[in-house]
Amino acid sequence: MANVNMSSGRKALLSKLATNDGHAENSPYFDGWKAYERNPFDASRNPDGVIQMGLAENQLCFDLIQEWLINNPQASICTAEGVDMFKDTAIFQDYHGLPEFRNAVAKFMGQVRRGVGKFNPDRIVMSGGATGAHELISFCLADRGDAILVPTPYYPGFDRDLCWRTGAQLLPVVCDSSNGFKVTREALEAAYIEAKEANIRVRALLITNPSNPLGTVLDRKTLRDIVSFINEKNIHLICDEIYSATVFGSQPSFISISEIIEEDQEICNHDLIHIIYSLSKDLGFPGFRVGIVYSYNDKVVECARKMSSFGLVSSQTQHLISSLLSDDEFVEKFLSESAKRLENRHQTFTDGLAQVGIRCLQSNAGLFVWMDLSHLLREKSFLAETDLWRIIINEVKLNVSPGSSFHCSEPGWFRVCIANMDEPTVEIALKRIRAFVVKGENAVVAPAKKKQCWQSQNTKLRLSFSFRKMDDLMMMSPHSPIPQSPLVQART
Amino acid sequence: MGMLSRKATCNSHGQDSSYFLGWQEYEKNPYHETLNPTGIIQMGLAENQLSFDLPESWIAENPDAAGFKRNGESIFRELALFQDYHGLPAFKNALVSFMSEIRGNKVNFDPSNIVLMAGATSANETLMFCLAEAGDAILIPTPYYPGFDRDLKWRTGAEIVPIQCTSSNGFRITSAALEEAYSAAQKRNLRVKAVLVTNPSNPLGTTMIKDELNLLVTFVIAKGIHLVSDEIYSGTVFSSPSFTSIVEVLAGRPDCQGSDVWDRVHVVYSLSKDLGLPGFRVGAIYSSNRAVVDAATKMSSFGLVSSQTQYFLSAMLSDKKFTSRYISENQRRLKTRHDSLVHGLKEAGIRCLESNAGLFCWVDMSHLLREKTFKAEIDLWKKIVYEVRLNISPGSSCHCTEPGWFRVCFANMTEETLELAMQRIKEFVASASSAILRGGCERRRGRRHPSSTDKSLGKKFLTKWVFRLSSSHLREADDR
Repeated sequence: MANVNMSSGRKALLSKLATNDGHAENSPYFDGWKAYERNPFDASRNPDGVIQMGLAENQLCFDLIQEWLINNPQASICTAEGVDMFKDTAIFQDYHGLPEFRNAVAKFMGQVRRGVGKFNPDRIVMSGGATGAHELISFCLADRGDAILVPTPYYPGFDRDLCWRTGAQLLPVVCDSSNGFKVTREALEAAYIEAKEANIRVRALLITNPSNPLGTVLDRKTLRDIVSFINEKNIHLICDEIYSATVFGSQPSFISISEIIEEDQEICNHDLIHIIYSLSKDLGFPGFRVGIVYSYNDKVVECARKMSSFGLVSSQTQHLISSLLSDDEFVEKFLSESAKRLENRHQTFTDGLAQVGIRCLQSNAGLFVWMDLSHLLREKSFLAETDLWRIIINEVKLNVSPGSSFHCSEPGWFRVCIANMDEPTVEIALKRIRAFVVKGENAVVAPAKKKQCWQSQNTKLRLSFSFRKMDDLMMMSPHSPIPQSPLVQART
Repeated sequence: MGMLSRKATCNSHGQDSSYFLGWQEYEKNPYHETLNPTGIIQMGLAENQLSFDLPESWIAENPDAAGFKRNGESIFRELALFQDYHGLPAFKNALVSFMSEIRGNKVNFDPSNIVLMAGATSANETLMFCLAEAGDAILIPTPYYPGFDRDLKWRTGAEIVPIQCTSSNGFRITSAALEEAYSAAQKRNLRVKAVLVTNPSNPLGTTMIKDELNLLVTFVIAKGIHLVSDEIYSGTVFSSPSFTSIVEVLAGRPDCQGSDVWDRVHVVYSLSKDLGLPGFRVGAIYSSNRAVVDAATKMSSFGLVSSQTQYFLSAMLSDKKFTSRYISENQRRLKTRHDSLVHGLKEAGIRCLESNAGLFCWVDMSHLLREKTFKAEIDLWKKIVYEVRLNISPGSSCHCTEPGWFRVCFANMTEETLELAMQRIKEFVASASSAILRGGCERRRGRRHPSSTDKSLGKKFLTKWVFRLSSSHLREADDR
């Protein structure tokens, strides 16, 4: 077919959506991906390639699933054991979804929440992954120009998912490291007032719990504050709980919004509460596009269900998932083993970082860590953060995600994904980080430090003091076994 | 309660249309040959259930694709992680090759111009998001698939302006109708962005002839607008004339060589009708407009095709033995079924629009209306749903300009069920006509009143009268 280049005049024939940047793919979040794609790490074929640490995937438990699949061939409608279901499944396009699918997902959500809170299968609405679910709920709750408040830092995809085609906008609720990036009532109120003053109608608050990129779970008090805030303002609460089964360790445990509203029925109008779920993170199945909108609001369920026609889950996949999640014994075993492996991976990585004086926000969920490299910035600016990030990608050869792409209010934080690789690769990544930090003491960061604090006339001495100072800064980590240097104590 | 969006509270999802109400009635009382033999037979659902045995035997012969294996090695992990919106290359290749095969290999499709989406529902909406917005109009020939009201307008904000087609020429598109629709849109202060046609047509079941296609191309060149060709029924063409894709027409026109019209022609496809797999949610947009492909690809994030499904289908559709056998056998079965329906209806004195594709017939029951109005059509439809117990789709739900037409599906049931449906229709027509006859007798004092007292003979006689009566009504209709 002939292919003629379009002039800009012709471009006017497309919609604004098709030609604007609302897809947000020009964000640096995606730049790292591109660098990785050009030069991807492979242990044998490309050992010097970029290691992908920007993709929040859960690859730790495929062996368990594979074993289950081998033992349960009927779960696939394309096997001899399952082909009896082929026809009925292939023609099933009812947007209510297969009943067994809804039942299985509702049950699974309950199991993930340790039996606290029961989920009603009739409130389960399918969507094209969590991506589709977010867009869907935004279409249901917001009109063009309306705002959805979201605490920073937040997943960059939200800009596209909630705003691109809906015309809604996201307004940040600024959180900072002074309290571990917790959402405060004050921050919520400030964001709400700012919107009001700008004549923007706020329709909802979106929280991610467990948080991406922080990896932390919200505590009961914060959740209750949030619920009372939205109830008072009569705005919706969208709770993205897609990382709910990635919580490990005994404390703090995951508290779902379902628990909050069920333990205190009076705390808010249930019509305001909506949960976004997916199997992409908890089970590691992003390719299967299983997104869920679970709303306590009947009208939203009704509308969402009609809209779900635009992104139903393949019935073939619904069939597989319902088989898998109906196996209680398997689910219990999977959840506990997955948590264990995530915990180990988290420990390995944070210990490794600690050894070179790199701190992470204390967390016990998610598929990543929120790493603090602010001490490595030549200055506390986002420009410096971007410079550091480019070095990490191009020289250290790790694709990590800069905090600015998550709309973080403070420069120097990076999200590093740790569950999408095997152990040897984790070791290589840590080795590269160690090498980088050591090298940094020798070259990169030192000159800047020299500018900042030293009065000494002796350059050589200045330099050596710089090295030592750098050393001390690196070692000053709560996780570090090395005590503070006497040199530092002497200075203060 | 916190308010919901306007989109959530309006009803442009179109689900209050009679098209969907019939479904609801069916669901309350569905026919089942043993469990509910007097239930409503579903003839409002354009599904293809005739050829499942073919993929089922393919599955039996190809265990690898079934068990997430490639050459015996498990690829489950790869598949589970694969969420690239560019789609599985093997699947896209297999899909375009299948599309080519359906078009007799007269056209070649480039896999890099295909965007995979979760069903044609999603593909159509996404294409609209790329081409139009609030204040824009899409011209669509009537009658058209009721779902378009939801798919193309609801969340995009675009408007549909009908291109009125009539039975006088078999509902074909005319120049005059196109121009009239264009003016109508302008009068409503809408900017026309595209013409969207379904070829083969739903609900007509006809393929567009070359004249029509050329007319369309000329029109969109002149107006500088897009042309969307929904070709989801392309594989269901079971008799001549054979299917001509819009792409073929463009390629054959000298005035299109190197023209930018190529940037404005887009095809929508799906495996729901041709392969009978609506549950798998496999749709696609095909366009040689890079900007459209890029934008649509990004938008596809909201409705990707499950990698599990992409993998299975890439294996099955890459098997050329399977695809060629499926295409021909499926068409053969569709033709047989179509002919049964047409014949059965004819015996009841009911005519269908002559058709060569699709999973349904466009049936003319205008002679059974008490008056030529849409109110009478709905009354007749209700009788058919509640009394005859057949869920068929009234033409008004398809925005038909003339009352009395109904879409009747034939590929979503067994032969026995179809026969039963035909039986019910015959009985209905007989009793309806005898009611008319009795009424007529009262008015005309016994003229043409059957004299035989023998019940069976009387019945036969009645049937003949029914046929003649309905034929005479049909002739009147032809004269319109």
